[in-house]
Amino acid sequence: MEWRDQGALLSVRRHGETSAIIEVFTAEHGRHAGVVRGGASRKVAPILQPGAQLDVTWRARLDEHLGAFKVEPVKSRAAAVMGDRMAMAGLNAITGLLGFSLPERENHPLLYQRTMTLLDLLGNSEAWPLAYLRWELALLDELGFGLDLTKCAVTGALDDLAYVSPRTGRAVSAEAAGEWADRMLPLPESLLGHGMGELGDVSEGLKTTGYFLANRLAAQLGGNQLPQARQRLVDRIARHSAID
Amino acid sequence: MMAKLPGLGPRSARRAVLHMIKKRGMLMTPLADALHSVAATARECLNCGNIGTTDICDICASEKRRTGELCVVEDVADLWAMERAAVFKGRYHVLGGTLSALDAIGPDELHIPKLLDRVSAEEITEVILALNATIDGQTTAHYIADSLEGRVSVTSLAQGVPIGGELDYLDGGTITAAMKARKAF
Repeated sequence: MEWRDQGALLSVRRHGETSAIIEVFTAEHGRHAGVVRGGASRKVAPILQPGAQLDVTWRARLDEHLGAFKVEPVKSRAAAVMGDRMAMAGLNAITGLLGFSLPERENHPLLYQRTMTLLDLLGNSEAWPLAYLRWELALLDELGFGLDLTKCAVTGALDDLAYVSPRTGRAVSAEAAGEWADRMLPLPESLLGHGMGELGDVSEGLKTTGYFLANRLAAQLGGNQLPQARQRLVDRIARHSAID
Repeated sequence: MMAKLPGLGPRSARRAVLHMIKKRGMLMTPLADALHSVAATARECLNCGNIGTTDICDICASEKRRTGELCVVEDVADLWAMERAAVFKGRYHVLGGTLSALDAIGPDELHIPKLLDRVSAEEITEVILALNATIDGQTTAHYIADSLEGRVSVTSLAQGVPIGGELDYLDGGTITAAMKARKAF
């Protein structure tokens, strides 16, 4: 078995003295693991930084084997984020969530494209927190827990949407929420694709996506906790929005 | 047993053992004595995590090294590398690793709470983060910088072109870091 693809490195684990086991989110083969012989060497280890774009060739005798990767660096994203605490937190959250949630060897071309765009924005654009929020929505959607924010689930109204029902994941207007408003999740403009993506607005949106990631997606994956890296990013965005 | 040491496989371990047997008096006995002595006396410094022969290592015990500067490193090997350079005259703090979600290593698994205590107790004025230029290393550095925010000056080692390095052979990431950290010439 052999294939060649491109993808973003999600995680690296030392394997013995000289090798490493890596996970790559590839364009055509989804999240895929494999051994990199010599992956702990001085020459290869600097290439294997989470977020790096790699050209990988995977080879194994049988398809169900772990297999071995040959890697070629395409683009390093580490340098762009290392000096920027929030971008670094973003990179860790993205790679952590993908490693946590994506099933192995299942192709997700749309999510792959969005992920690559988001990774390239990190450290290079101030708009990336909004892009990150939209990416979390796309991740939920891709894994079968998409939110329906097009109209009010109660009245069918298209305007005045203010909340998301934690039970159904559908939008609810302020009027329809009534006395249940305090039990609803916030629906800021950033989730609806409006507004300028101020950090306070993004922070509110992350509360809503975080609820569904933790209570729907993570619950489906055996009740494991979401990666701490996501919470660190959420805390940082909330802190920055308070300063702004 | 030799083959279990890092860097040695069965064949190289066999060669090393044969060599020692041939030079029993000159090499094997002194090595055995030295190993026995280290096994009996080596311990981790209770203050900084360095390895020494007393509960408090020589660096922590030295009054000359009470400069108010504290250099944070990931591992004892990094501390030794800094000492080889002989450029830093303050004290060290060994974290014992880096934060890693994958391996479930959080701040409490490292010596970060101890570091925060030392900053107050030893009247530290500057914490120098000498952590690896990797995603894990820098994530840890940012976490420590956040924890110390407003308490003390926090600096980190520069990143860029190494001494003797040729631009043609550098990766894009290093050149980007060097470009971002350029200074007046």
